[in-house]
Amino acid sequence: MSMPFYVSPEQVLKDRADYARKGIAQGRSLVALECERGVLIVADNPSRTLSKIYEIYDRIAFAAVGMYNEFQMLRVAGVRHADLKGYSYSREDVSARELANAYAQTLGQVFTHELKPYEVELLVAEVGVNGAPNEMYHILYNGVVVDEQRFSVLGGQAEQINEKLKESYTDGIDLAAAVRLGARVLGSDGEALDAEQLEVALLDNTRERRAFRKIKNAELRELLG
Amino acid sequence: MADNRLPFFAPGLDPGPSFADFLRHVAPHHLPGGGLTGAAGAVAPADMPHGTTVLAIRYADGVVMAGDRRATAGMMIASRRIEKVMPADDFSGVAIAGAAGPAVEMVKLFQTQLEHYEKVQGDALSLEGKANQLAQLLRANLQAAMMGFVVVPLFAGYDHARARGRVFSYDVTGGRYEEMDFQTQGSGSIHARNWIKAGWREGMSADEVVELALRSLFAAADEDAATGGPDPVRNIWPVVALIDTDRYRRLSDDDVAARGTPLLSGPERGGYAR
Repeated sequence: MSMPFYVSPEQVLKDRADYARKGIAQGRSLVALECERGVLIVADNPSRTLSKIYEIYDRIAFAAVGMYNEFQMLRVAGVRHADLKGYSYSREDVSARELANAYAQTLGQVFTHELKPYEVELLVAEVGVNGAPNEMYHILYNGVVVDEQRFSVLGGQAEQINEKLKESYTDGIDLAAAVRLGARVLGSDGEALDAEQLEVALLDNTRERRAFRKIKNAELRELLG
Repeated sequence: MADNRLPFFAPGLDPGPSFADFLRHVAPHHLPGGGLTGAAGAVAPADMPHGTTVLAIRYADGVVMAGDRRATAGMMIASRRIEKVMPADDFSGVAIAGAAGPAVEMVKLFQTQLEHYEKVQGDALSLEGKANQLAQLLRANLQAAMMGFVVVPLFAGYDHARARGRVFSYDVTGGRYEEMDFQTQGSGSIHARNWIKAGWREGMSADEVVELALRSLFAAADEDAATGGPDPVRNIWPVVALIDTDRYRRLSDDDVAARGTPLLSGPERGGYAR
């Protein structure tokens, strides 16, 4: 009679984490920055059609790095969750915090119970209204939620980019400066990324209801200077 | 919605970009009329609030939509300030006549449906696609309509692909009809429609078409007891919204009052020979 191999739970989880991290590290990074106009999200993304930054609800945006099909599925589930909540309760009752919790539940569940963890990292950001603070939740592949302030970095080069941002980020930075900062920290060797390599979106705190908008083409080039 | 878990679907059961289909899966009781159709043999009460006269008119740059502010419940005035013209999204609007409760619910679902599609799919529906979506929601309401909860909307918007405003009307079964230039709906609609017919011409300006819309609503209120007239005492005026390349925008009450007041000294003054 053969004995099944014993693998300690520690080893299983470590292997899964390594697997997920390796997948995520292959992709390009993105940064979210609190700025004077709201929350700016800048992604290293040369594709014109496949996005990494999306609108979830009136004041909530979603951004992701990693496996495209996996984060798309999570994104659509988030839109459904938010729209259902807003429809059955009220638009004001939809919050980034709750959505981040729901994502954390799903990612944590998949990480421990499924054969393969999701190879994604998510950002759920909400822009504050009437002086309320912005919220940025960074959700890792294993369901860990980090509540971040000022800026948040997702992706394989997160550590280096975080270092760069710690040096050059200033509170209350204006929109153009934030776009330029994002382009610079995502680039390598001090070379900033240009408009063709960037996907940029803003949760605009001057907008009435739907705060999310993409910044592209002429507007993006102008902000990049 | 009982829990805080994200909704996922097995392949083949996924509702796609339709919020109404999604709702049908997870919370059918939230659908408009969801509570009505369960009661067998139920008939709509006569004193249920009804919305009355609404209209949509095409002009040079887009469309104008307008509606009076009254809702009636039998012989009673249920509301003097109801708003029956609402934005469907940035470039289209919906106006409702009929059973006020189900109509307001349907508009809310319609608005969510359009935004949901746009977010899930990444692009907004075409104007015709939006018009068809509303037809489907009406068709889903047919059972409630047969019980007396009749909802008849008008839908209008700016069609970017064709660079013009378009007007659609509906019947209770979800039949969808595109109008050439204008349409009215509700109890005072005949009076409003005749007035528009007499005054409409191709290429009207926004100011001209707003005046025509106000005149026809005033005329409808003059002849139809269920349509609310202008009320300078309480400062209640019709809801008027313009939709063109510059998005849906509702005119302020002060603006409508300023445009409407001069019209009150016209033929509407009426009077009898002494």
